[in-house]
Amino acid sequence: MMTIPFKYIVRSLFTRRLTTFITISGLALVVFVFVAVLMLANGIRQTLIATGSEENVLVARKAANGEISSIIPNETYGIITSLPQVARNAEGRPLATGDVVAVINLNKIGTDGGLSNVTVRGVSPAAFELRPQVKIVEGRMFNWGAREIIVGASIERRFEGTQVGQRVKFAGDQWTIVGKFETGGDGFNSEMWADVRQIQDAFSRGSSSSTVTFRLTSPDALPDLQRTFEQDNRLQEFEIKTEKQFFADQSEFMAVFLSVLGIFITVFFSVGAVIGAMITMYAAVANRTVEIGTMRALGFRRRSVLMAFLTESLIISVIGAGVGLFLASFLQFLRVSTLNFGSFSELEFSFALTSDTVIAAIVFALLMGFVGGFLPSIRAARLNIVNALRSV
Amino acid sequence: MASIIDIQGVSKSYWRDSFEIPVLNNISLSIPEGEFIALMGPSGSGKTTLLNLIAGIDKPNSGSVVIAGTDIARLTESELAKWRATHVGFIFQFYNLIPVLTASENVELPLLLTHLSKAERKKHVELALSVVGLADRMDHYPKQLSGGQEQRVAIARAIATDPTLLVADEPTGDLDKNSAEEILLLLERLNREFKKTIVMVTHDPRAAERAHTIRHLDKGELQ
Ligand SMILES: Nc1ncnc2c1ncn2[C@@H]1O[C@H](COP(=O)(O)OP(=O)(O)O)[C@@H](O)[C@H]1O
Ligand SMILES: [Mg+2]
Repeated sequence: MMTIPFKYIVRSLFTRRLTTFITISGLALVVFVFVAVLMLANGIRQTLIATGSEENVLVARKAANGEISSIIPNETYGIITSLPQVARNAEGRPLATGDVVAVINLNKIGTDGGLSNVTVRGVSPAAFELRPQVKIVEGRMFNWGAREIIVGASIERRFEGTQVGQRVKFAGDQWTIVGKFETGGDGFNSEMWADVRQIQDAFSRGSSSSTVTFRLTSPDALPDLQRTFEQDNRLQEFEIKTEKQFFADQSEFMAVFLSVLGIFITVFFSVGAVIGAMITMYAAVANRTVEIGTMRALGFRRRSVLMAFLTESLIISVIGAGVGLFLASFLQFLRVSTLNFGSFSELEFSFALTSDTVIAAIVFALLMGFVGGFLPSIRAARLNIVNALRSV
Repeated sequence: MASIIDIQGVSKSYWRDSFEIPVLNNISLSIPEGEFIALMGPSGSGKTTLLNLIAGIDKPNSGSVVIAGTDIARLTESELAKWRATHVGFIFQFYNLIPVLTASENVELPLLLTHLSKAERKKHVELALSVVGLADRMDHYPKQLSGGQEQRVAIARAIATDPTLLVADEPTGDLDKNSAEEILLLLERLNREFKKTIVMVTHDPRAAERAHTIRHLDKGELQ
């Protein structure tokens, strides 16, 4: 055994409590910010992935980058819903909905108030069979053929005048909110739903829809369907994805944007934390010069000294990672809402901590500890024994 | 008796900026095994420098330092580290105990560089501490001990690996009269009972008297 005992490293660390505490705090702060942003990105991803189902297929116009910019004419709707891969209900009607998606402006509740975009979705009756997660929790279902609307719980919580019994005005009309629905926290929870015919009428969409969503007869039918869409001239402007994939793709831009932003911010902050760690470690080396000289005289090698100081720095960073992660884990209880660039409307979600994020945070902290501790450790290892012993 | 320390024509100088500071000038010194020698001399005369050369933590500019048959000036740095771990016990003026380690952990430190098992190390630690009369202070930290006790722990650390040679640089320089006396008695006993060769630097004549031989160093020359 040639290594300087671990207890020496740990105890040295906790003798200078204040500087150790400050250094750990700095690292913890950076880890906290790093983890928080990744949790945000994961939250968006998870919320949108949960929105779609694997069993449903969503058809949108190829050039469209979201539901609102997609248009599907009524005759195409007819062609799609008569394909053999579309499941049918007991009465033999296709399990399909040609949703019309529009965006309206509403006032947010509270101090951060102001207008924000809310998705309004016109649906046909089959929509509730296709998306059984949508459950009315207050009031009632809207009546087909009426200017009535039901509101997702996330919208009801965050926007003025969206509570059951109130009226909202959009597309030149008054709409009565007759019910509130809850989906268990997916993207639909941040929407308002009404009869598709009413929405088509109010927004002058004629009989076209934005997208078509239908149940597959079986998941194996997807490749066949894909081929049909490639080969049938009438369907070539459209593309299909599983509903899950479609919404997952919608999250990608935001998630990547947030991750990149987060990494930029934390790299910026981490410079400070690394410098802090470096100053602490240089001070540690300076204060313990005689100890280093003594251990070297006893026969410990330069590399043992290097390892001891590097380990010390890495311990600080791992503790910093632990504290940062611990604090960030409380964000999971927080629900936030932001404009999702995928749909151009408000989306509510929670911070989601994944094991990947935990690992990334620890690796990131170790990296900071390594960078901050490296030069001081080199200095410690390079000390000349005689000079070190003279420095009493 | 054979010489355990054989120094031939050793010179040493330090460089400060571009000035050469000559410290030792063509020193030759032979010390037989089992000797207890005191090196005296005014401050700055090169006593510590000579001791450092003997202990293998510094190298001469010219000449040879042969200790127990090994020309240590020719060893590589890591060979030298290994050599020190087995052959030299260090005693410093300010004890140089590691403050965050207990007495027994301090004594165990050089044993970590040997092949001894944990149980064997424990035995060595207990033995060394009982030789210096501090078996009951095993778990005390240095700051819980008096200066004299700290120096005794340091001596226990120096003898734990059973080295051939003990080097002591002003071991009583920071102690009151009574504690100094205890330390000197201990060194005499280590020399007499345990046959340790001891090289002690001191400028205290009463300390030097306890040695068998006294050599004077002045302006880098041995008198
Ligand atoms: N590492 C060093 N660098 C520069 N000068 C040194 C160094 N070590 C010792 N000296 C100088 O060498 C001389 C002798 O020092 P030292 O051996 O410590 O003397 P002593 O122990 O007899 O007081 C002093 O003038 C001292 O300043
Ligand atoms: Mg000296």
